[in-house]
Amino acid sequence: MAAKLRETPLIDELLKGPWPSFVKEIKKCAQNEKNERGSARSNDLLGVLERSYKETIGHWKHGGIVGVMGYGGGVIGRYNDLPEEFPNVAHFHTIRVNQPSGWFYTSDILRKLCDIWDKHGSGITNMHGSTGDIVFLGCATDDLEPTFADLTALGFDLGGSGSAVRTPSCCCGMARCEWACYDTMALTDDLTRTFQDELHRPAFPYKFKFKMSGCPNDCVASIARADMSIIGTWRDDIQIDQKAVADYASKLNLENDVISRCPTKCMSWDGKKLSIDNSNCVKCMHCINAMPKALAPGKDRGATILLGSKAPIIGGALLSSVIVPFLKIEPPYEDIKELAEAIWDLWAEHGKNRERVGEFIQRIGMGNFLEQIGLEPRPEMVINPRSNPYIFYDQDQE
Amino acid sequence: MAEPKKKRITDIGPPSYENFLPPIIKKNYGKWKYHEIIKPGVLMHVSESGDKLYSVRAATPRLAATDTIRLFAQIADEFCDGFLRYTSRNNVEFLITDEKKVEPCIAKLKKEGYPVGGMGNSITNIVHTQGWVHCHSAATDASGVVKCVMDELFPYFESMKLPAKLRIAFACCLNMCGAVHCSDIALLGVHIKPPVVSHDTLPAQCEIPTTVSACPTGAVRTATVDGKPSVEIVEEQCMFCANCFTVCPSIKLNNPTDGLSVWVGGKVSNARHEPMFSKLAIPYIPNEPPRWPTVVKSVKNIVEVYAKNARKFERMGEWIERIGWPKFFELTEIPFTKYHIDDFTHAGESFRRSVYFRQSDVRE
Ligand code: SF4
Ligand code: SF4
Ligand code: SF4
Ligand code: SF4
Repeated sequence: MAAKLRETPLIDELLKGPWPSFVKEIKKCAQNEKNERGSARSNDLLGVLERSYKETIGHWKHGGIVGVMGYGGGVIGRYNDLPEEFPNVAHFHTIRVNQPSGWFYTSDILRKLCDIWDKHGSGITNMHGSTGDIVFLGCATDDLEPTFADLTALGFDLGGSGSAVRTPSCCCGMARCEWACYDTMALTDDLTRTFQDELHRPAFPYKFKFKMSGCPNDCVASIARADMSIIGTWRDDIQIDQKAVADYASKLNLENDVISRCPTKCMSWDGKKLSIDNSNCVKCMHCINAMPKALAPGKDRGATILLGSKAPIIGGALLSSVIVPFLKIEPPYEDIKELAEAIWDLWAEHGKNRERVGEFIQRIGMGNFLEQIGLEPRPEMVINPRSNPYIFYDQDQE
Repeated sequence: MAEPKKKRITDIGPPSYENFLPPIIKKNYGKWKYHEIIKPGVLMHVSESGDKLYSVRAATPRLAATDTIRLFAQIADEFCDGFLRYTSRNNVEFLITDEKKVEPCIAKLKKEGYPVGGMGNSITNIVHTQGWVHCHSAATDASGVVKCVMDELFPYFESMKLPAKLRIAFACCLNMCGAVHCSDIALLGVHIKPPVVSHDTLPAQCEIPTTVSACPTGAVRTATVDGKPSVEIVEEQCMFCANCFTVCPSIKLNNPTDGLSVWVGGKVSNARHEPMFSKLAIPYIPNEPPRWPTVVKSVKNIVEVYAKNARKFERMGEWIERIGWPKFFELTEIPFTKYHIDDFTHAGESFRRSVYFRQSDVRE
């Protein structure tokens, strides 16, 4: 029998209301009779959380080095600062389990994952963590290896953590989106497999994230959240079904809702026919989003590669910036892999501790960076050329 | 020592996604023609072959019990031949091929307490972080605030009445797991007191040069305390970012005075306007567990003012850009303070260096 639930009047307030309650989820775990050890952990977690709600302060401590043999990441150590009161969560580590690309599952595989986690851990998960992994929340140190053994036997592996390649993730792409300009899931799967060593054994100055979005709608926020953002796009003409456009003309105000919202004003509608000056289209997706039955990205599809986005820590937030304006994305993706490796070589050698690629580029200069990794400067990489005359002219020129 | 029975398996990577795709997706992979939102929370994708796939999207609290995942598995068995997927915003999608099963699936999800919606011009699930449930640097709880905000904004989840989609994101400290800095509304936990150093434990626990160089403003300096090497914090230089705390367990930053800030107008999609960062709207709201009434009220106010004033298709940031920031502060009645004016490295970039702005309405 599961132990009696701890009294938690404050967090019980979060059982109320229409939105699904995480407190209810923790309580489900605390009452899970199939999982006696795990339910005791979840019950203590309720106690810790109630305590935080009372004191308005967290009770978790820095992780020391914990993990599975041979890996430098995939497990985040977490300890409670009130171990006497809450012994079952004294160590309560996170395991990151690398998700299958696109987060597709069968009921069967989900049940097997749940069985593993009920056998070894708290029963609490995140579906999914911020980077995209399946997260198992609350594993004791001794249970890490057995959990890992069962996971790998089922065909799963750990995700990344620390100064390593982080678990790549992607939008559902061609699996369920007509706008995908390349196969995001296949590329994500391939890069993840290719870079297993870089993912499991941190050897970089800091983390490195890949995110693949199939089109400029960027459903996985790749431009804001990835050191390498691979965003689908096209080079030729937007495909137009004029009859379907005419149908939309009765539902939408084409002039106000579509034509005038085009950022480059490259569309026109004469009441019968929609024309697009494709040479001026910046592939923003607005017209396609507004009329999905009538318009589609062109047929010459590929991706733009951008580098360097990150959250504020340490030197301030950045969005990724263009490094390859257009690339056909085709297996075995040697060009992308070679580019990533060239970047890592340079950054690993010259990057400072905890310096992300975006910050590294700003420090050494984009011009230098391009030269070192062997890419030509292109006007698409900047909004405008520099306006300041402080130019570092090369000294070894003839 | 006993010989291990089996060879240890490592570096296999995730299982291939191909194992988990429903037959209709395998058949129509890369051949989808168009899609429609047939009602809030239900997408219909139509392929070139004429096949139709219905996706029913339900909210989850992200933190899920194994028994809840089993419940989803059972629902997938009942309505979708066992196939489902998760979205990047912690929703779950049931992949249905038989249109007749759509309504029963929705009914079942609602009955179990997992509401259906979050599509099109709605407010969908809030991407968020661990908070007091599990993180050492959390300045606030994540799941709790998210729950309270979504309870209040719930009608916007189940409908599609907004001018455009509205994306909310939450991070409990400046590390921003989940990078919230490009969201229509971002809620960000903030520390507002300088770190406290435990000089007794520091020499054994921390690498002093790493700790010193971790600080972006040079506020951490080497010091000798009671004859032992340690560090000191120059309080005037501290902007409470927690970098020192991240690299050194002897530095403590969490404090009951921690709270939240509110940021608006960011986006990641390229539609109509380039991606944008979120900008500061409210610098500080204290933590008010268990229901965070001030945060909830503030977010609701911003959503309502936006909903009333923005034009069709206009995201929060596009709307604010059209009307100007002075008007945003006027309409939302949020006070503009010195904290709103950037004073970090690239501060000058956001100063207005023209007379190109709308004069505010003449009042008294
Ligand atoms: S990023 Fe583009 S291709 Fe990918 S799911 Fe979103 S809209 Fe579709
Ligand atoms: S995709 Fe954007 S830029 Fe191109 S035609 Fe459509 S609205 Fe204009
Ligand atoms: S945002 Fe900060 S406090 Fe929240 S989970 Fe991430 S590191 Fe922890
Ligand atoms: S909190 Fe940030 S700014 Fe303050 S001392 Fe630590 S590293 Fe420096």
